[in-house]
Amino acid sequence: MIRLDAIAKRFPNGVEALHDLSFTVARKEFVSLLGPSGCGKSTALRIAAGLLKPDAGRIDYPDGKPEIGFVFQEPTLMPWADALTNARLPLDLKHMPRGEAETRVAEALARVGLRGFERAYPRELSGGMKMRVSIARALAARPQLLLLDEPFAALDEITRNGLGDDLLRLWREDGLTVLFVTHSISESSYLSQRVLVMTPRPGRIAADIALPPGRDSRLAPATIEAQRKIDDALNKTMAA
Amino acid sequence: MKRVLDIALPLLVAALVVGAWQWSVAHWQVPPYVLPAPSAIVTAFLNNFSSLMTALLATFLITIAGFLGAVAAALVLAVLFSQSRLVERSLYPYAVILQVTPVVAIAPLILIWIGFEHINLALTLLAGLIAFFPVLTSTMLGLKSVDSNLMDLGRLYGASRWQRLWKVQLPSALPYLLSGMKTGGVIALIGEVTAEFAAGSGTASGLAWRITESSNRLEIATTFAALVLLAILGVVLFAVLSLLEWLLLRRWHESAIG
Repeated sequence: MIRLDAIAKRFPNGVEALHDLSFTVARKEFVSLLGPSGCGKSTALRIAAGLLKPDAGRIDYPDGKPEIGFVFQEPTLMPWADALTNARLPLDLKHMPRGEAETRVAEALARVGLRGFERAYPRELSGGMKMRVSIARALAARPQLLLLDEPFAALDEITRNGLGDDLLRLWREDGLTVLFVTHSISESSYLSQRVLVMTPRPGRIAADIALPPGRDSRLAPATIEAQRKIDDALNKTMAA
Repeated sequence: MKRVLDIALPLLVAALVVGAWQWSVAHWQVPPYVLPAPSAIVTAFLNNFSSLMTALLATFLITIAGFLGAVAAALVLAVLFSQSRLVERSLYPYAVILQVTPVVAIAPLILIWIGFEHINLALTLLAGLIAFFPVLTSTMLGLKSVDSNLMDLGRLYGASRWQRLWKVQLPSALPYLLSGMKTGGVIALIGEVTAEFAAGSGTASGLAWRITESSNRLEIATTFAALVLLAILGVVLFAVLSLLEWLLLRRWHESAIG
């Protein structure tokens, strides 16, 4: 679905964010990009989305350029618009007829558990609900590739777990390809099929860990085992 | 109860001040050309009702025309600046120069260029000039303060420059624009009055001219009546703009909630 090859990025202030970063995400795969804070995870994700140009390296889409959905760390909603209008933004920008767009967005909001909140303004919603609107907005564009930048980092654990389960369900139902940036070992061990561990800055891939099946819950032995593997890889990277 | 007090307390203060004023003028027999009694001001207002109302209307219309012109020009320029750094760097210094030069100092030039036969146009321009800058700077700030992630989202979904401006930047700048308009509306009135003073008596027909003319004749009660009307006009302008702000922001902006 997407291949990043030898990506390098240096910011104007001289900080070298990424150096020789390469990885592939296959169709319908759920991949986590994990690393210590400041290692360039978000930069890599922005480059994958085409929001940022790399200084060197290539981005390929072997199956053709996919429709991309992006979820930021913050809900990034328009405070002046209700949930429906917010989630409709990608469709409005594509000039989709209002009626069709509203049907599609109402469905997306219902899928993230926000039926009945279509006319609520962001300030009337909780942090978790705002993030749900943000996910509905990404889904409304019917993406093939969903990029998420630590979307649950600012939420409490109960909300975070609920949203994680919802994300898994949406990924399965829609056959999405997901690239999920996180700094949480437990989150990545439960959600993803594969975890890419990044080195500290300048970031590149230090370990590519395929996780075994059988991780049906956060406390399943396979999930705990996956956590141990990820933790080991991360420790090795940090020590190097 | 709080709302009642908000209205009742200032009214009580006004009643006490006016009462004390009335009493003092009578008690110390202050001459009416120094300080007329409130009752004399009311009489002067009633006696000159139609001419004062004509002057009020003239001041009002010129202020509003200048203000609306300023808002339109400031909005267009702020949008232009937000779209092109080059245009901003080229023109912004002149907007600053225009603002820091006192309007009284430019007034004679403008009056000569436009001509005393088009006095209302000259006054409108001067009122607009002074109102322009606060609207421009606050709108510019608003257009620059837009959430950069929202702009990225627009780019990701292929938004055109126009779509980004219309769907994201302008709504996000709205609270700033409205705040600039509140300042601009009130100082447009100051600009109009200053310009009328600069134009001198006999040409303009607004309240400032009535103030000059009546004080020259030592009809100080009429001067006070015109002054009160000016104050009321200023308060009404501010109230209307505050109402507009509340109507547009009450659903979503912190400043209008609570």
